[in-house]
Amino acid sequence: MGRKLKFGKPTGFFDVFDRRPGPIKKNMHYCPGCGHGILHKLIAEAIVDLDMRDHMVVISPVGCAVFAYYYFDAGGISVPHGRAPAVATGIIRANPDSFVISYQGDGDLGAIGLNNFLQAANRGENMTVCFVNNAIYGMTSGQMAPTTLIGQKTATSPYGRSVENEGYPLKVSEMVAALESPIYVERVALTTPANIMAARKALRKGLTNMKERRGFSLVEFLSGCPINQKMTAQQVDEWIEKEMIPYFPLGCFKDIAAERKPISRPKPTFDKKKVLNALVSSAGITKWGAKSTVLRKELRVKCAGYGGQGILSLGMMIAAMGQSRDINVSWLPSYGPEMRGGTANCSVVLSNNVIGSPVVQNTNILIAMNQPSMNKFLPDLVDGGILLYDSTNIAPPKTDRRVYAVAASDIAIKLGNIRCANSAIMGAFAACLKGFELEDYEDAFEEAIRQTFRKKKELVELNIKAFHEGRKSVETRNV
Amino acid sequence: MNSNHRLLLKGNEAAVHGAILAGCECFFGYPITPASEIAHAASELFPKLGRVFLQAESELAAINMVFGAAASGKRAMTASSGLGISLKQEGVSYIATCELPAVIVDIMRAGPGLGNIGPEQSDYNQVVKGGGHGSYKCIVLAPNSAQEMCDLTILAFDLADTYRIPVYVLTDGVIGQMMESVTLSEPKPRKSIPEWALAGTRETRRNVITSIYLAYDDQEKVNLRLQEKYAEIARNEQRFEAHMIDDADLVLVGYGIISRLLISAADILRRKGIKAGVLRPITLFPFPKDVLRSLAKENTSFLCVEMSNGQMVDDIRLSIECSRPVHLYTRMGGNVPSVEEIVNESVKVACNLTIES
Repeated sequence: MGRKLKFGKPTGFFDVFDRRPGPIKKNMHYCPGCGHGILHKLIAEAIVDLDMRDHMVVISPVGCAVFAYYYFDAGGISVPHGRAPAVATGIIRANPDSFVISYQGDGDLGAIGLNNFLQAANRGENMTVCFVNNAIYGMTSGQMAPTTLIGQKTATSPYGRSVENEGYPLKVSEMVAALESPIYVERVALTTPANIMAARKALRKGLTNMKERRGFSLVEFLSGCPINQKMTAQQVDEWIEKEMIPYFPLGCFKDIAAERKPISRPKPTFDKKKVLNALVSSAGITKWGAKSTVLRKELRVKCAGYGGQGILSLGMMIAAMGQSRDINVSWLPSYGPEMRGGTANCSVVLSNNVIGSPVVQNTNILIAMNQPSMNKFLPDLVDGGILLYDSTNIAPPKTDRRVYAVAASDIAIKLGNIRCANSAIMGAFAACLKGFELEDYEDAFEEAIRQTFRKKKELVELNIKAFHEGRKSVETRNV
Repeated sequence: MNSNHRLLLKGNEAAVHGAILAGCECFFGYPITPASEIAHAASELFPKLGRVFLQAESELAAINMVFGAAASGKRAMTASSGLGISLKQEGVSYIATCELPAVIVDIMRAGPGLGNIGPEQSDYNQVVKGGGHGSYKCIVLAPNSAQEMCDLTILAFDLADTYRIPVYVLTDGVIGQMMESVTLSEPKPRKSIPEWALAGTRETRRNVITSIYLAYDDQEKVNLRLQEKYAEIARNEQRFEAHMIDDADLVLVGYGIISRLLISAADILRRKGIKAGVLRPITLFPFPKDVLRSLAKENTSFLCVEMSNGQMVDDIRLSIECSRPVHLYTRMGGNVPSVEEIVNESVKVACNLTIES
């Protein structure tokens, strides 16, 4: 109040546009009658008046506003076509103290970048999108836009846009207002002085929402492109009033900023102790044993069965056992379609040396939990190798290798949950390892079970029980 | 380091651990097999430490979010595989040209097209040679164990900042999916905000990040500056691991899971009396051409083993200017060659060598 009307360049602009190449440093590159110049001016005033400029990044999109950073005395970045809301998301998530204006045209926002725009709106990102809708592509010289009106002739709709070929013009504000997350959506026009004053107000509302960190605001600006419309500046304003506004009505579609609490983002921690604790605790290890020196040679183990039998967990438990005793281990799953039903297998290597190939081809120990798996992998068992199989599911094999049979599925069913059959057969594996003199294997395996089922704690005791039942039940059959 | 900091991790998970140790603040990603465990682990661990995890709406969005976060001066990353990397290439070109640091993990699967989720190494060309539009390159690190997935991800962030360049951690589905012991290194302190960043402060208000230069000479200048940087990187950053190469007549060359099979194969070949050695590139750009050139002596030949149609083999041939024979053995479609296959192929090559000499 009481402030004098001042005519001149807003201080949100550079006084001299030094970033603009060529001799013209005082004027913008926009054509006479173009709406971008008006909107730029409104933004340059507002970011200073609202004291947001130091924290502001104005995104220069692909389109006529690609050089917006020539003019604004604020942070500037030019981004790929349509990606402004994604880049803006990166900026404000990485640094929630900054503000960002996603400045976009109708092709950038409504065509190539519609998904990025809608998703940012739907996430309620704390940003203001300035959407310049002039119903035509300016930069690439007059092609059809998603908002081109029915019957409007452009370089790529020379017979006029038709509903049959291109559908109806995209009503962006109406669409965004239908989403839950956005807080403020208004359509204005950069035509008459009255409309421009309404646009100024809407822009400031959007920016204020951002300053208060209330979330996502969209202001759609109907704007003229006299050059590509082949009209004078005055004609294009009349065209907007007569043709565009009836299809794209002006007004506020949504304003719920007052209902929303300010967005607050956590502060990241880099405290060494906290970082290491977070990483270690997620791995679920609670106890480490002493280094085991009793593994005499590299053990290459193959676990195989149906998907759903816990084959991958079985391998993981064996690997975790080795890891807990400072043995080098590798675990490699057959991943993918096998995980979704069908067969599953995994390779586990336990070694005192650096492990070369983690792919187990010459197998020392084969753990088979169904017939097809045993048939498939038994030929890979080396001389002196050991076969462990679930005798509930598999007929005794004809082989000259050492064989341990364990009715793992029966044990599991008796314990009340077929899904612990893998731990039962691991008991048999532990019994085999006894030959390798792994002195504290019971502790090590129990620890491995706890670690593997750390996210399903209710299953830990059951699996430990199954493990011991399996171990006890082992009978050696040299068939 | 405390043995309590030795964890059993999938390669994919280890990359996330490395990122956190490196002080990475933001992860943006989109799910894809066989790289999804990276997003899983990041979604668990980043929020625990107050850092940013956001599942993007697409690969395009994810890389552009990385673009924005990197422009803010923060350590940021994304991860994907094959077809997802194809989608990211537009954004990578911008990041490279704007000279921003960023890390991208690529766990390669079988292609082309939708392909399958088995392991391959067929993203070599699109990752090592630039991949997107324009004359740019990225540094490419090629881990072959879970430990290296962690350590090389940390290195990737350091190199990215040193050279202001996107850095790839490139490996195959096997290394991503396999679990091994990983010893965690000391966590790094938070990166200070570089002076070029759009940090949302008064001091950085006049910074601008752009890749559009209308004047041809200006655009050429930018390109020449990038090429100078790549030449500097090629001089300073070639990394490799060598196994029995000093007296080798047959140098086996491979990266990722293949390099581990090659070491097993070379040991078997030595027992058969064939002087085989292994050269594993750890950096794919810059390619370790100095060491390859030094190995291209009389009587030496090379066998490149790849899980692709033979993409790295071109770089071996260029490095030694085709002065010695470079043979190629490949598997595709998700198949990993067996050690036995590699040994047989090596014997074939070695026999021809004997006949030749």
